[in-house]
Amino acid sequence: MKKTSLGKKLTASPYIVWSMLFIIVPLIFVAYYSVTDASGNFTLEYISDIGRYKDVMLNSIWLGFIATVISLILAYPLAYIMARSKANVQRTMMMLVMLPMWMNLLIRTYSMMILMQDTGVINSVLSFLNLPNVHMINTQGAVVFGMVYNYIPYMILPLYNIMAKMDHSLIEAAEDLGANKLTVLKNIIFPLSLPGVASGFTMVFVPSVSTFYISKKLGGNTFSLIGDVIEMQFKSANNYNLGAALSMVLMVLIIICMMVMNRFTGDDDDGGVLI
Amino acid sequence: MGDNYIIKLQNISKKFEDDVILDSINLSIKDKEFMTFLGPSGCGKTTTLRIIAGFLEADSGQVIFEGKDINSLPPHKRQVNTIFQRYALFPHLNVYDNIAFGLRIKKMKEKDIAKKVGEMLELVNLKGFQKRDISSLSGGQQQRVAIARALAVEPRVLLLDEPLGALDLKLRKDMQVELKNIQKRMGITFIYVTHDQQEALSMSDTVVVMNDGKIQQIGTPIDIYNEPKNAFVADFIGESNILDGVMLDDFKAKFSGAIFQCLDKGFAVNESVDIVVRPEDVDVVPYGEGTISGVITSNTFKGVHFEMIVDIDNFKWMIQTTDYYPVGTKIGIVIEPDAIHVMKKSEYSGMFGDYSSFSDELEHLSDVTAEEEE
Repeated sequence: MKKTSLGKKLTASPYIVWSMLFIIVPLIFVAYYSVTDASGNFTLEYISDIGRYKDVMLNSIWLGFIATVISLILAYPLAYIMARSKANVQRTMMMLVMLPMWMNLLIRTYSMMILMQDTGVINSVLSFLNLPNVHMINTQGAVVFGMVYNYIPYMILPLYNIMAKMDHSLIEAAEDLGANKLTVLKNIIFPLSLPGVASGFTMVFVPSVSTFYISKKLGGNTFSLIGDVIEMQFKSANNYNLGAALSMVLMVLIIICMMVMNRFTGDDDDGGVLI
Repeated sequence: MGDNYIIKLQNISKKFEDDVILDSINLSIKDKEFMTFLGPSGCGKTTTLRIIAGFLEADSGQVIFEGKDINSLPPHKRQVNTIFQRYALFPHLNVYDNIAFGLRIKKMKEKDIAKKVGEMLELVNLKGFQKRDISSLSGGQQQRVAIARALAVEPRVLLLDEPLGALDLKLRKDMQVELKNIQKRMGITFIYVTHDQQEALSMSDTVVVMNDGKIQQIGTPIDIYNEPKNAFVADFIGESNILDGVMLDDFKAKFSGAIFQCLDKGFAVNESVDIVVRPEDVDVVPYGEGTISGVITSNTFKGVHFEMIVDIDNFKWMIQTTDYYPVGTKIGIVIEPDAIHVMKKSEYSGMFGDYSSFSDELEHLSDVTAEEEE
């Protein structure tokens, strides 16, 4: 199978053209802008400027990491139960998981804002029940909650996928050899689901770290994430070169995080997605 | 309980939705015996095995293990182990860790585990394979690891679900011999599921022929072959010409328009019966010299013998000979008394044993569907 037939090449070509135009070329632009100044001369000034944004960047990665871990803890048992359910139950649960994704991210985040405001729905209900109000909006907790809420389907799907595909006779074989349910989960199901964990981790971690909308709406002006800073460079500060440099550094940091993650999961099987 | 039965199945029935898979199965399995469940796809043999293993619970009836009801005992507490159809080796563990899996659950010391794994690998002729990855093994080697893994925990009974189904013919034959040897050496009970009658006949102490969720016959391979109970068994095990006949008297059967001496008795006078004649038991003589006669309609060379389809009185017989006769030859037929087997009429009468629609290709097709199995 060394030669790819012409037919195959042709069917792949729309995607290749697409990714050239909208992924590779923009990436080259970002890379170019990150090492040049406004007049187009080569400079490392912006890259070295990164030190000023160190705290924001670390905070973004930290919050993204927390959101990803929470998603994983919530999604894993759900995916397991889904994969073990009857076919029609699986379909219904899958639809419920997908349902929020039918709505626009902005609208979802906006509605969360309304829920969590000091005078929002949750606090109104608490007041009505004569319970003390809770300050939620404009906290890091609210932002993490938003990340989990928005991105958890991307954790559930790969986990569910890999668990549904798992050969059931492996579980039977383990039981047959004397393993109880807990041992089966620990020694068979969990290690075999690691590629799905890696996949879900990537798909939640990356958008969480680089989000700007969620932090803006739920975090208010109390703090900003790196995504907000980058957005600001392009929109209000009009400093494309700094924005590009920040993007490049963020990208490198994310790749490093993913590589560490993949080292943990020994990801060489199918099911793993690298960014 | 003075008998030496290790497992007894009592009135086991099982339905999936509205399909009856097992219909009141009664079976006693002796300690240290090699028992085979033989039957076509969907006959219930794998279901029976899974009920013994504990992966399925019967709708009604009891599984008795050494006199104790184990119906509600989960698989991990049963002293039986299974070799799965596709081996079910753990892909994330190497050969050593696969075999050690059950031993570690038993909390055996790592030193003893290493020794046991070594012994097991030697038993299945895979010495030195400890560190190998499962994915680097051939089908036959994976099969051996699966056997070693199951035997390492020293089960009283080993259940084998079509274990050789995925291997090629040559390897299959070797493994048959080897499995039989392992069973003798370990001195444990093997319960083996297969749809391959040759496999069942050559390996088993006892064969249980199943169809439609019922046991059709239980017996030694020789019994099953020589004394089939009904037309289904006669047709499923080997090739058979199954004819409508009448028992005129003890030792006297009438079929194909002639009267034959036979060794069967105990039927009512003039009782309608099914007559089985194996293709290799028919003697071909020159035309006119036989008890009956017919015309050869096809002849296929099979290596050891020729396989002819012969039209006798509008019934197509299969006859195997070592001599060659061209198609169209008229021949005479002689059948010795011990070559005739008389069976009571059953629900399967008239369904099998006529070679009018026989072709190798059809035979082959039915083999392929049988391999896909439940």
